[in-house]
Amino acid sequence: MFEPVLTQNIHRPDAEKITTYLANGGYQAARKALTEHTPEELIDIVKRSGLRGRGGAGFPAGVKWGFMPKDPQLQKIVAVNTDEGEPGTFKDRQIVERDPHQIIEGVIIASYAVGASRAYVYIRGEFFLGVKRWIKAIADAYEYGYLGKNILGTGFSLDLSVHRGAGAYICGEETAMIESLEGKPGNRRMKPPYPAQTGLFGFPTLVQNIETLACIPHIRSRGAEWFAGIGTEQSKGPKIFSVSGHVKRPGNYELPLGIPLSEIIYEHAGGMWSDRKLKAIIPGGASTPVLTADQVDTPMAFETLEAAGSQLGTGAIVVMDESTCMVEAARRTTKFFAHESCGRCVPCRIGSVRLYEILDRIEKGKGLAEDIDQALYLAEQIDGRTFCPMGAALVNPARSTILKFRQEYEYHITHKKCFTSRN
Amino acid sequence: MLPESKIIGGDARSRAMLLSALYIAQEQYGWLSPEAIQRVADRLNLRPGQVYSTASFYTMFRMQPQGQYRIQVCEGLSCYLVGGAEPFLDHLIKTLNIQPGETTPDGKFTLEVVQCLAACDYAPAIKVNDELYGDITFERLDELLAELAAK
Repeated sequence: MFEPVLTQNIHRPDAEKITTYLANGGYQAARKALTEHTPEELIDIVKRSGLRGRGGAGFPAGVKWGFMPKDPQLQKIVAVNTDEGEPGTFKDRQIVERDPHQIIEGVIIASYAVGASRAYVYIRGEFFLGVKRWIKAIADAYEYGYLGKNILGTGFSLDLSVHRGAGAYICGEETAMIESLEGKPGNRRMKPPYPAQTGLFGFPTLVQNIETLACIPHIRSRGAEWFAGIGTEQSKGPKIFSVSGHVKRPGNYELPLGIPLSEIIYEHAGGMWSDRKLKAIIPGGASTPVLTADQVDTPMAFETLEAAGSQLGTGAIVVMDESTCMVEAARRTTKFFAHESCGRCVPCRIGSVRLYEILDRIEKGKGLAEDIDQALYLAEQIDGRTFCPMGAALVNPARSTILKFRQEYEYHITHKKCFTSRN
Repeated sequence: MLPESKIIGGDARSRAMLLSALYIAQEQYGWLSPEAIQRVADRLNLRPGQVYSTASFYTMFRMQPQGQYRIQVCEGLSCYLVGGAEPFLDHLIKTLNIQPGETTPDGKFTLEVVQCLAACDYAPAIKVNDELYGDITFERLDELLAELAAK
């Protein structure tokens, strides 16, 4: 029987308070990590756990920690990514609002493991309650001696502060986030050098998503083997799935990686909200390719979703029933990306707008016969031709819906209208 | 370990405060007027152009005067799927008699369209200033408008 750990406290009254966290065994993992382990041992534990980043890219966390230089003379930084902006995703918001100390504990262990004495939280500007919760939680952690100088008498010191973003999707990308932390527009940097070499203010920086960091205390407490025992071959541990769209009970569900998508939709999210049939699912946030109803039994894991032609992304599942127009779904999502392009790379800046214009005129019944192929051609010209992964991401809604629901596009063009009454 | 003052040099340190300073200026001036931009630039020892280019990059910094209540309607996919986005936007356009991006003549309301608010579990969602409102219906929207108008 799977037992949720990341969300075990969120339904408790006053879950966000340090007293609640401590009463439920909080900060014991940090205490043990700092007193019983060397940094190398901790990196090894995280490596053995198989934990992969939960922010979308799925990079192995322990490997990322291992990239940080070992020179003790060198200032190092941990940057905590709370810039959740992928449409459909709302897991990080809930963790920050309901259980911020769990993340702080993860930050303490990660900072100790990579030798960082300074950590910064970057939080999405729109998360007003989240900002307040972060500030209060950090102040309390200082007061109880879990942050600041000489933590728990171990000689290890760590300062943590909150920086508020101001509304830019791209700042969820780690180098753009670093730029933003430095007070600049969120234009991403060239890689290499990677943040582990030259990051925030030029110092080696470890950037991690907060769900990733929230896993750390549990890995320390329950062991790498426990974590690696959950999930599939290449996708280990628990994962919070944000489910929204046409389901009876939208919300966050913490479940083992590898769980079939159908089980999440029908058993946990209560199934379809009306009697209408399932049509399509976006499995990992707006930038991941759409799946069709016959793929609903796909296990929610990195490798299985990739084999199904999509990605796990942030694990944000958007469920669409048969009344949904897929051209409209793609149009709306592409509009988002056109709005959020930082403007640095031409294929993304111009291409996203042109792609949106094509989808918009098809949806409005003004599409030309060649528009579908034109959209696919544009997608190929954008994908892989930008500095950051946003180029590859932004073409997915259009390209995947054309490949899987081409007849809907053709209907719009032939009949000069949408088949749904709504649009 | 290097002392904190060595970690971040003077220039980088004040630059890193820019977003926070812009929030403070916006709070005081209501929007980032040329005067507000200049003042932030003076305080942080930056050029007004640097301040402006950063401020205008981010959607939460307001480069025009704003109404007392900024109503933001989410047009994200999850909100759209459950009946949100345009129906509420159209309703607000009619009720307030302004287009998105505009402010009512009495300076009370500004209407905006925004992307995903990460509140898909409460979809359809809107935001008024810093407050999030989920599971929106036309009735709730009208109640909310009446409540804010009376304030």
